[in-house]
Amino acid sequence: MKRFLSIAVASAMVAAALTGCGGGASDSTAPAEGTENGSTAPAEGDSAAAADGAVFKIGGIGPVTGAAAIYGQAVKNAAQLAVDEINAAGGINGVPIEFNFQDDEHDAEKAVNAYNTLKDWDMQVLLGTVTSTPCTAVVEKTHEDNMFHLTPSGSAVESIQYDNAFRVCFSDPNQGTASAQYIGENGLATKVAVIYNSSDVYSSGIYQTFAAEAGNQGLEIVSAEAFTADSNTDFSVQLQKAKDAGAELVFLPIYYTEASIILGQADKMGYKPQFFGCDGLDGLLTVEDFDTALAEGVMLLTPFAADAEDELTQNFVKAYQDAFGDVPNQFAADAYDGIYAIKAAIEKAGVTPDMSASDICDALKVSMTEISIDGLTGLGMTWGADGEPNKEPKAVKITNGAYAAM
Amino acid sequence: MKKMNPTTKYNMITYAVVIVAYILVAALGAAGHISSLMEGLLVPLCIYVILAVSLNLVVGILGELSLGHAGFMCVGAFAGSFFSMCTKEAMPGGLRFFLALVIGAVTAALFGILIGIPVLRLRGDYLAIVTLAFGEIIKNLMNVLYIGRDESGFHFSMKDSVALGLSPEGKTILNGPQGITGTPHDASFTIGVLLILLTLFIILNLIHSRDGRAIMAIRDNLIAAESVGIHVTRYKLMAFTLSASLAGVAGVLYAHNLSTLTALPKNFGYNMSIMILVFVVLGGIGNIRGSVISAVVLTLLPELLRGLSDYRMLIYAVVLIAMMLFNWSPKAVEFRERYSWKRLLHLPSGSGQSTGK
Repeated sequence: MKRFLSIAVASAMVAAALTGCGGGASDSTAPAEGTENGSTAPAEGDSAAAADGAVFKIGGIGPVTGAAAIYGQAVKNAAQLAVDEINAAGGINGVPIEFNFQDDEHDAEKAVNAYNTLKDWDMQVLLGTVTSTPCTAVVEKTHEDNMFHLTPSGSAVESIQYDNAFRVCFSDPNQGTASAQYIGENGLATKVAVIYNSSDVYSSGIYQTFAAEAGNQGLEIVSAEAFTADSNTDFSVQLQKAKDAGAELVFLPIYYTEASIILGQADKMGYKPQFFGCDGLDGLLTVEDFDTALAEGVMLLTPFAADAEDELTQNFVKAYQDAFGDVPNQFAADAYDGIYAIKAAIEKAGVTPDMSASDICDALKVSMTEISIDGLTGLGMTWGADGEPNKEPKAVKITNGAYAAM
Repeated sequence: MKKMNPTTKYNMITYAVVIVAYILVAALGAAGHISSLMEGLLVPLCIYVILAVSLNLVVGILGELSLGHAGFMCVGAFAGSFFSMCTKEAMPGGLRFFLALVIGAVTAALFGILIGIPVLRLRGDYLAIVTLAFGEIIKNLMNVLYIGRDESGFHFSMKDSVALGLSPEGKTILNGPQGITGTPHDASFTIGVLLILLTLFIILNLIHSRDGRAIMAIRDNLIAAESVGIHVTRYKLMAFTLSASLAGVAGVLYAHNLSTLTALPKNFGYNMSIMILVFVVLGGIGNIRGSVISAVVLTLLPELLRGLSDYRMLIYAVVLIAMMLFNWSPKAVEFRERYSWKRLLHLPSGSGQSTGK
């Protein structure tokens, strides 16, 4: 038994060490050039310091280690990029931003710890958290403290259930309903099959509202097959069922890694329905060893496509690639827009860095509903008092290995 | 000081450590000298201490290896949270939380018995294998379970929340992978410390009771224990069930500290069970006070290392390895014995011996 025990403990150590290595590179919370005294911000309440040394302290929370690290890393990088740009252009109303990003390991408990750490750092505005479950835990705390809370990508309904919380991305129900409406209104199909990840909040959340709305749109769900994180390599059973049920369209409210496998296996079976996905499919074309010809004709509702033609997107993608070496995904775009939304809201409300977090929150939750942003994830984005963004879901179709707007 | 039974003295010191720590933290908190991070960590600390102490009963006192402690915690958390959600409006906070704790403990104990009856009859590492599977199964089960309630009663489904067929006023309580959202925030540091003291009281008294000696006899020599008429399976089951129910209590505390409860690999998975086992091993197997201390230190460490940003998990792993070597490697044990405080203090009487070595 001793030996078994030592093996078990040793494996835990290795696991812990590996998780530690998962973290990425740069962690500079460096304020922009030209604000030498910005990095060691003086304690608040010192009115003399507010004139030249004051900064807006924006905190960020997300997973940069562990299984969901890719999302947190994207948000962290893109937010830092936006902060650096704003600081280089003179800051918000002449005041620079200081950005501090804390790891939550995609865990609710750790997210609350990260939030408390940021609170000790005198954070004034929170951009986070990246994933839904931790966000739901943190929003409870930000509501208690009356801290302005903007999540780039926490899409569950409960993630922004209070009036101090807003989000950049669409909510899960919003995406499910929008997908069903889009399919129904454009007459893409009447018999629909769904393959979704039942162990994932995002995927099952979209599926539930899609199923609820499908009936209203005259869609018939002929097969709804689930998989879990433990069984995401073989989808032949699910596809066979969809095929046997005569589905003309397969709805995939999942992430792109599984979708690439599904497309490959459907092709081998000779099953060629219309595939339709949500923003999780963004990234499909960049999967390694994936024949992009298989993705031909796939439709997805996504707010962001890295190879879009507009100037804003192209500049962002280029800057991101120069700084971090890979193509930004929609999480990065959401975070980038989030920082600019905070900037716009602060400018609109005219808050100053010497105000307390609670006063800033009171001002921002009003001004947030008055601003309109042309961002990466939508033109003319506005926010309602419920925290949900108003922007058009863009449907894109993959043609000739690239996204084409529809 | 009156002549005190050494075990009573040991127990009293353990209680005193907890109480003094509590008073210290409470005083600092009242004076406002405690950071938000520390304040947020107080309840999790209590949870991990209870988990470590209760697992030590199985690993250290019973001598069986359990790798599914997080599974029992998960059962307790969901049972307690479910109860609280159902009675959110109907009951005052204190009574509701007390009942939630009881329900969490009883449910976890039931699962402990279910697992224990077949497995504890076997010898060898079977308990480790079965509890490992149990933890994973429970986690997956919680992810496919949908329970809702409307005026006609409870609705269950294993498919999705649409299949529940709730009326418009109905509410989904347990929503598959989205778990339970909106559990009332009933846990507090004071309740956590009271539960730690209760856990310590139960376990320390069990260890020094007739039953506890029987359990330790089984650990030390099963054949000898059987030959003197100790009912092996019964005592094994007793220790295992008690440990499971205390893990359930910790789970209830966990569920009522965060507003969202989901069964993710991160909080109720294999890694969590191993984490608790690491607390026990590094605190000293069979050493209850050690478990308390190591749970506190190892929970605080990754949070205090946040200043190192990306390197913190790496440093944490290195510290774990260093601690394991310090605790268990023969050379380190020899070094500690040579330079231990007790030895240094008693040097005059034992000097002859020490020069001889």
